[in-house]
Amino acid sequence: MNIFSLIKSLAKITATFVLVANSAFAAGGGDAYIKDFDFSFEGPLGSYDQNQLQRGLKVYTEICSACHGLKYVPIRTLGDEGGLGYSEDQVRAYAENYEIFDPELDDYRPAKPTDHFPEVVDAGAPDLSLMAKARAGFHGPMGTGINQLVKGMGGAEYIASLLAGYTGEEKEEFGTVFYENTAYPGRWIAMAPPLYGEDVDYDDGHSNDLKHEAMDVAAFLTWAAEPKMMARKHVGFRAVLFLILLSALLYATNKTLWAPIKKRAA
Amino acid sequence: MAGIPHDHYEPGSKGEKWLHSRLPIVGLLYDTIMLPTPKNLNWMWIWGAVLTFCLALQIITGIVLAMHYTPHVDEAFASVEHIMRNVNGGHMLRYLHANGASLFFIAVYAHIFRGLYYGSYKAPREVTWIIGMLIYLLMMATAFMGYVLPWGQMSFWGATVITGLFGAIPFIGDALQTLLLGGPAVDNATLNRFFSLHYLFPFLIAGLVIVHIWAFHTTGNNNPTGVEVRRGSKEEAEKDTVPFWPYYIIKDVFALSVIMVVFFAIVGFMPNYLGHPDNYIEANPLATPAHIVPEWYFLPFYAILRAFTADVWVVQIVSFLTGGIIDAKFFGVLAMFGAILVMAVAPWLDTSSVRSARYRPMLKLWFAILVLDFFLLMWLGAMPAEEPYASLSLIASTYWFAYFLVILPLLGVLEKPTAQPETIEDDFNNKNGKSIEMPAE
Repeated sequence: MNIFSLIKSLAKITATFVLVANSAFAAGGGDAYIKDFDFSFEGPLGSYDQNQLQRGLKVYTEICSACHGLKYVPIRTLGDEGGLGYSEDQVRAYAENYEIFDPELDDYRPAKPTDHFPEVVDAGAPDLSLMAKARAGFHGPMGTGINQLVKGMGGAEYIASLLAGYTGEEKEEFGTVFYENTAYPGRWIAMAPPLYGEDVDYDDGHSNDLKHEAMDVAAFLTWAAEPKMMARKHVGFRAVLFLILLSALLYATNKTLWAPIKKRAA
Repeated sequence: MAGIPHDHYEPGSKGEKWLHSRLPIVGLLYDTIMLPTPKNLNWMWIWGAVLTFCLALQIITGIVLAMHYTPHVDEAFASVEHIMRNVNGGHMLRYLHANGASLFFIAVYAHIFRGLYYGSYKAPREVTWIIGMLIYLLMMATAFMGYVLPWGQMSFWGATVITGLFGAIPFIGDALQTLLLGGPAVDNATLNRFFSLHYLFPFLIAGLVIVHIWAFHTTGNNNPTGVEVRRGSKEEAEKDTVPFWPYYIIKDVFALSVIMVVFFAIVGFMPNYLGHPDNYIEANPLATPAHIVPEWYFLPFYAILRAFTADVWVVQIVSFLTGGIIDAKFFGVLAMFGAILVMAVAPWLDTSSVRSARYRPMLKLWFAILVLDFFLLMWLGAMPAEEPYASLSLIASTYWFAYFLVILPLLGVLEKPTAQPETIEDDFNNKNGKSIEMPAE
């Protein structure tokens, strides 16, 4: 067997395992419809769009944060490279938007960059820190995961589809109002439509229609869930290149090493 | 150590002699890595080295992760996020460890099926095989407990379902389950003991790996022909073998490097692809996920567990005969562990005098079906418990048992094997261009 058939069979084995393994995600979804949005961070070489993350933070701050917290996200990470990239002063100014309960003071005080985004419990709405990763599980078709593999679909698609997926229909059950949403499993969601388009004025003059607001906040929440994505992809990229080179050298070493043994045979 | 005749370590310098007469450790290492190895091994013989690498990778990344992890139900989930966000390189460590588990199982399944195809389990390598099965069981236990540690939804509910299996054992089940959990339900006591055992088991595995290697170094490696190395004299043995170092170490390292390309592509570009997204939701004992799905490497056996429901006639007969002691739930548990047990006793179920499936035309076919069956079961394990998956699971599970309990014993009698090469040297020469006379088929 030569190297190419080896690589081919390894790739085949891996692909088969990956495909089969993903059937784990087949569950759920039902008739929900997830649209494939084109995000800048998809694919091995994709990276976060800093402006988009900053716009998404604005949508989160002005709208989502009324009901949803981001309790695992330290505010200081807004200044991290490979993310929103704000300056220290900007981060400090932003932190002061929030009032934090300090057990040492036994009182509320303005947040500092070292604090986390506050947890919001009053509205009974889920925390959004990891939502983009917790909702990455709708891979089709037939549980093969091909959509995620080929189209780069993930939690960001779910969030954007959900925010843009309201049909305008509503119904009341046991005193709770439910809103019809094409992206939500089961179609009826308790969250009222948070975005209608032109809810937030962007500083960079970017379009603020519903689709763009939804995409921007989905991108921001993807960063919130996976703040080290850029660093990770850089490591992955360098490791793959290095290992391909190493493999080529080891292939030559192995061939040279075995040549006399095989020659004796021939 | 008995086995294939070869050169042994001779201490040269004064210092070496001094050490050798007190502790012959250099000699032990020398004999281990200079082991005469059949020279016709193919690429399916690389997985042992890959597995050794996986064990080292998991232990090293795991020890560092444990420095930053908090095994408490209130803090476990947050401490994993702390690793992901605040610990230097923590996100890489965690993704290497999580995906390292998947690589470990890909390698172990390839390794096991290699053994099944080439008859590596057959005499005189039964002990190697049995120890391998014990390692595989420990791997599953370790992986299962490790998956509980992040304390996500699948951690919690997976632990609830799997420990519930032990509760199905008649008479002692409830007590056993309580002992496992440290209480009536999955809680802080469970998390603590799982953390402790998750740290312990890899070292038990490492110990068994040494015994596994010791056992096959005593019998010598199997090889694709299944023909034994000639061991009448050192000269004869050298015609069939090459020393493990450097020939196979370099080959294994090359293969490992190619596998690492794929591994790092997954870790770098899609590290959550093989995990369940629900595990990014903190465990909540009050909210059951819509579908509780184990990790991919458990799916084939999970499918067997679920296949035997109360409406299957075999289950009903067994339940009737045992006066209800073996109910459908316990039957499923027995089937799941039985599926691994039949694999472990394969050396005594296989009646054929020929080792390698290369010379067993009928076995080749049945083995191919077994591999497909394994993947089918893996897919079925992830599907909801409804038709047509339930019936398919039953058929696929039945084939798994039939292969070991019916096909392996019968083929030894029914099958007419084709001619095997006289020696490993003949096979090697044949493959590498020298035409030699093969015995008439």
